[in-house]
Amino acid sequence: MNMIREWDWSTVIDAFPLIFKAMWITLGMTIACYAFALVFGLVWTFIRRVRIKPLQRLISFIMEFIRTTPPLVQLYFIYYAWPLVPYVGVTLDPITTSILGLGIHFSTYISEIYRSGIESVDKGQWEAATALNFSTRQKWTKIILPQAIPPTIPMLGNYLIIMFKEIPLTAAVGVGGMLLTAQKYGAKFYEYMEPLTLVALFFLLLSYPSSILVQKLEQKMNRRFDKKPGGSNNGKEVTAS
Amino acid sequence: MEPIVKYEDVHKSFGDLEVLKGIDLNIAPAEKVALIGPSGSGKTTIIRLLMTLEKPTSGYIEVDGDPLWHKEVNGKLVPADEKHLREVRGKIGMVFQHFNLFPHMTILKNCTVAPINVLGMDKEEAEQRAVEMLEKVGLADKLEAYPSQLSGGQKQRVAMARALVMRPKVMLFDEVTSALDPELVGEVLEVIREIAEEGEMAMILVTHEMDFARDVADRVVFLDNGVIAEQGKPKDILENPQSERLQSFLERFRTSSSS
Ligand SMILES: Nc1ncnc2c1ncn2[C@@H]1O[C@H](COP(=O)(O)OP(=O)(O)OP(=O)(O)O)[C@@H](O)[C@H]1O
Ligand SMILES: [Mg+2]
Repeated sequence: MNMIREWDWSTVIDAFPLIFKAMWITLGMTIACYAFALVFGLVWTFIRRVRIKPLQRLISFIMEFIRTTPPLVQLYFIYYAWPLVPYVGVTLDPITTSILGLGIHFSTYISEIYRSGIESVDKGQWEAATALNFSTRQKWTKIILPQAIPPTIPMLGNYLIIMFKEIPLTAAVGVGGMLLTAQKYGAKFYEYMEPLTLVALFFLLLSYPSSILVQKLEQKMNRRFDKKPGGSNNGKEVTAS
Repeated sequence: MEPIVKYEDVHKSFGDLEVLKGIDLNIAPAEKVALIGPSGSGKTTIIRLLMTLEKPTSGYIEVDGDPLWHKEVNGKLVPADEKHLREVRGKIGMVFQHFNLFPHMTILKNCTVAPINVLGMDKEEAEQRAVEMLEKVGLADKLEAYPSQLSGGQKQRVAMARALVMRPKVMLFDEVTSALDPELVGEVLEVIREIAEEGEMAMILVTHEMDFARDVADRVVFLDNGVIAEQGKPKDILENPQSERLQSFLERFRTSSSS
């Protein structure tokens, strides 16, 4: 078989609809994993605010563990090893596995972003809210979150793009996104170049404009918080550590 | 007349550091008290305890007849919960050194958000009251501006309006001019003076402005190293200090502020 061959437009045309269809799966997975990460990130953030030292240390350790282990290993673990764990182990389908795996992995980063947002709000804001006798709930909804959230939006956007680019990992447990579709196409017709190029192109076309959008957002938020008043240090930029 | 604020043997420690070493202090309704003393003597801590921003280590504080950090259950005093604190705290207002305005809200909103959400006032009434207070501090033309667009002196005047709309019975001022450029101090002191002259509200003013203290206060309390070392009429305290500690404090003060 001849491995060196010309670029074939008819293969492109043939593969395009398949890859295009798979793009929706990839996008759907991105959104599902991201939504899970956003919500689960909130859970981490609130558990970590409970003032019990051992609990805080335990949670930090678990988060650090999740963050420092490759997501692919986590996916394999959930898919292949989890069902074998006594008592709690269950077999999960590829989509659930992926949403759990990538969702939890990214939730640790998202939680860090939430935390940095909350901590970027000056202590004086809490004190002023107390002095005006707001309830705890009102302090969060009226005073703290409206200031904590905007500066985190560009970073959250960045993670959405990163997440999108990590979705091909889910091919490893059998989610039929763009990558797996291209791979199958290749295996079937011995034509890898065109479908894989298409996949790369789709990723480029989707991520590049998004990253420009995020950059714009970031500039806007920075300007907004540049002139932030109120004395002391509440104009500082928020960075995820 | 019953005092509006009572401190009885109040202690406060931060870790091993005892900052307040037994404070006894009564404040009459409508009384204006200036709190002076060296840096670190515990002035801020005293008023933060009253604003419930800090919890006393021991002792008893009363506001308008109600225990602040305790509540009565079957005739016994037990530590207060947040619900009780919220009930009593409503009688206290505070103006901060660094203003602490809400940067994401307009000036008007800064002054209406608490009346609407905390006092349950309707929007129109809250706005009417806010505008009235903003007029009093001379900023009725800035309703739609954001805090970032104001000078330090203006911000501090908004902060006062924001506290005033809640109609507290006791207002606390923590060195409210010390973060301001010198040329802006006057306008803020002027507003405080006017509020003080209006009357009914008791005021505790932590300040380094001795002339201002003399003008506005009914009583000057000198705090040193966590205890009230001397107190009395402004004239007596500032012109005829008895204790050596107060004498040297005022002396240091005169030399540092005239230089
Ligand atoms: N949250 C805190 N944790 C630890 N120490 C504190 C805290 N707040 C205040 N202190 C310490 O308590 C002491 C008294 O502080 P306080 O702010 O009441 O003094 P002050 O009289 O207001 O001084 P200044 O004139 O400098 O404002 C200081 O030594 C200060 O370092
Ligand atoms: Mg102080």
